[in-house]
Amino acid sequence: MATQTQETTRTVQPWQQAQSGQKSAVLGMDTERLARGLGWYSIGLGLTELLAPRAIARLTGTTNHQALIRSYGLREIAHGVAILNRPRSAAAVWSRVPGDALDLASLGRALASPRNDRGKTIGAMAAVAGTTAVDVLCALKLSRVTGGATRAEANIIINKSVEECYRFWHDFENLPRFMNYLQSVRITGDTQSHWVARAPGDFRVEWDAEIESDVPNERITWHSTPGSQVQNSGSVEFKAAPGGRGTIVSAKIDYDFPGASAAALAKVLGKDPEQIVKKDLHRFKQVIETGEVIRTEGQPAGRRSSTTWLDSVAR
Amino acid sequence: MKANCWQGKRKMSVETVPDPKILNSQDAIVKITSSAICGSDLHLYNGFVPTMQEGDIVGHEFMGEVVETGKAVQKLKVGDRVVVPFPISCGRCFFCQQGLTSVCENSNPNAFLAEKMWGHSPAGIFGYSHLLGGFAGGQAEYARVPFADVGPLKIENGFTDDQVLFLSDIFPTGYMAAEQCDITPGDTIAVWGCGPVGLFAIKSAFLLGAERVIGIDRLPERLRKAREDCGATTINYEEEDVLDALNEMTGGRGPDHCIDAVGIEAHSPGVQYAYDRAKQALTMESDRPIALRDAIMACRNGGTVSIPGVYGGFVDKVPFGSLMNRSLRIRTGQTHVHKYLGPLLERVQKGEIDPSFVVSHHMALDDAPEGYKIFNNKEDECIKIVLKPGEKRENLQQHVTH
Ligand SMILES: NC(=O)c1ccc[n+]([C@@H]2O[C@H](COP(=O)([O-])OP(=O)(O)OC[C@H]3O[C@@H](n4cnc5c(N)ncnc54)[C@H](O)[C@@H]3O)[C@@H](O)[C@H]2O)c1
Ligand SMILES: [Zn+2]
Ligand SMILES: [Zn+2]
Repeated sequence: MATQTQETTRTVQPWQQAQSGQKSAVLGMDTERLARGLGWYSIGLGLTELLAPRAIARLTGTTNHQALIRSYGLREIAHGVAILNRPRSAAAVWSRVPGDALDLASLGRALASPRNDRGKTIGAMAAVAGTTAVDVLCALKLSRVTGGATRAEANIIINKSVEECYRFWHDFENLPRFMNYLQSVRITGDTQSHWVARAPGDFRVEWDAEIESDVPNERITWHSTPGSQVQNSGSVEFKAAPGGRGTIVSAKIDYDFPGASAAALAKVLGKDPEQIVKKDLHRFKQVIETGEVIRTEGQPAGRRSSTTWLDSVAR
Repeated sequence: MKANCWQGKRKMSVETVPDPKILNSQDAIVKITSSAICGSDLHLYNGFVPTMQEGDIVGHEFMGEVVETGKAVQKLKVGDRVVVPFPISCGRCFFCQQGLTSVCENSNPNAFLAEKMWGHSPAGIFGYSHLLGGFAGGQAEYARVPFADVGPLKIENGFTDDQVLFLSDIFPTGYMAAEQCDITPGDTIAVWGCGPVGLFAIKSAFLLGAERVIGIDRLPERLRKAREDCGATTINYEEEDVLDALNEMTGGRGPDHCIDAVGIEAHSPGVQYAYDRAKQALTMESDRPIALRDAIMACRNGGTVSIPGVYGGFVDKVPFGSLMNRSLRIRTGQTHVHKYLGPLLERVQKGEIDPSFVVSHHMALDDAPEGYKIFNNKEDECIKIVLKPGEKRENLQQHVTH
């Protein structure tokens, strides 16, 4: 949650404090500095949120949310440390973006509450929105300098045989059952398929993909066909886990950000692509081990919606 | 339907909400006849559990009648009378297959949040925060129960609700706490906290062959229950120094195994309490481990410290050196209720234990907020409150006498 105080924190130190001398051939100094700056900003903001939640609540016009603000403090510090450890990693900077979204969401909620000071809350929202813009910019820049693409990788251990895992994934029409942002995948040929992705606000992206290599019970790789609206490629590997404890499934997805479609793709992915692959794999595990993804959308609650912003961040 | 909802720190309200629906093909809908308030619910009530959201339906100790089943449900039938375990278990993951159902890998749809906080995620739990899945709870007229063929235990004999309801949580919890001590004949067990969990831990320690069990609390009615209904020796920690008293009783060696059935909201008459309250207020520690510190210091060399009491985050000044240098063993966990259902129902059937002894109050669902207040403040000699959805206040005899 950004405030006037943090604005100062942010303008005084971070950029100057960034260590120099780590100039890299791949990465422009400016971007790295920007990343380091965001790292220090995160830590400063986190500490303030943790230690002086009351002051932040006052500054942002949100009363009664000190515990929440403190937990945001911990989150900011974690992000700061992650970024400083790996200032060149796009993933670490992307990790700030959902956090910003969280801040915006809670300030939005605060705005709706009659207890709070609207003027101040709106000011804070503007500050956070500004920070989000910087985060996205920095993440996109980092994504670009590391070869024009973002790579997201994750793996998971599954209590099923290599054969079962491979067979399920091999039928690409199964993918939307656990990849939330996919609306459908249709098999259109021996190795071809048509993918439709969706994002909030009726936003759609479509592309055709082609299987590049397919080694039964080992590995499948695919890529979007040339000329697709969005360039991406993926691979999934299946290895027997040691001790006969099922299968380790590793997925790798590369997204390309060519100019204008960067924004489009960012909209579909919404957040840190690495988190998305990780969550997809957790859903893959639910589907293949239990037959379905466990849901809470549509359950009763003593409020209008059955789930909350926290669930949407987590899923 | 009506449901008891968390609305913020020390604020509960009974709201009219939509009836639950089948959301997954393995779900069942249960019409609830009894739903208890747990010491764990007090941690929600007092604001110690992060990621609660206004309007969350709480409650995780419930039983009732199956009124609808999803199309993949095979064992449960409409009309079955069931007790529902509080952790949600898929029955097929690595952990569920070993009986470690409270750490199921598939039942927490918000595993990502829990991983950020704890490194890895445990199972989802009914009505217990978004960190643990954001599932609607059972202090309501109806509840949706996922993985219905895995969790619910069918009750086919003529037991009353009070006799079998606690199989959902506190009886297995007390039992697992004692079982984790690997009690051998002749053992002395000390139990911090004579709330419902502590009382079941005392009873279970005897069932598992303990020679002597020492119950520690400050509330006279609870200490009396520990002595009269469970056969324990007791220590009132406001009147005696607990460590001195335990040493006195064990010739200076300490109890063979120690059980912390208190958890994060422990209380103490000493400066320690002020210290932990202050640190909690400054968020420099999230949990107050007063009973845990005592349990470690008191335990005899090579003994077990078993912790059913709930902890959420970070604790301060835990005498780790004492653990290490004296070869102590820590055992803990949310209870793997599923694996105890069958064996403990059998003990009830054989008459080895009648779990209804802990019940002090029956209340209408409408009175749930009042129930939380009474239970939290330990007013009215309250030990365990059972809410009776579907029953009118006038028809309930609030005080239960045994
Ligand atoms: N592990 C699990 O799966 C599980 C399941 C249910 C409950 N629990 C936890 O078990 C704990 C107890 O639950 P309960 O329903 O009995 O709650 P309760 O609040 O009724 O009982 C707690 C008791 O501890 C006593 N106490 C407080 N400070 C003490 C101290 N310093 N020394 C000795 N006694 C002290 C209180 O007077 C009270 O009688 C809670 O933390 C609850 O969350 C865990
Ligand atoms: Zn409980
Ligand atoms: Zn499981």
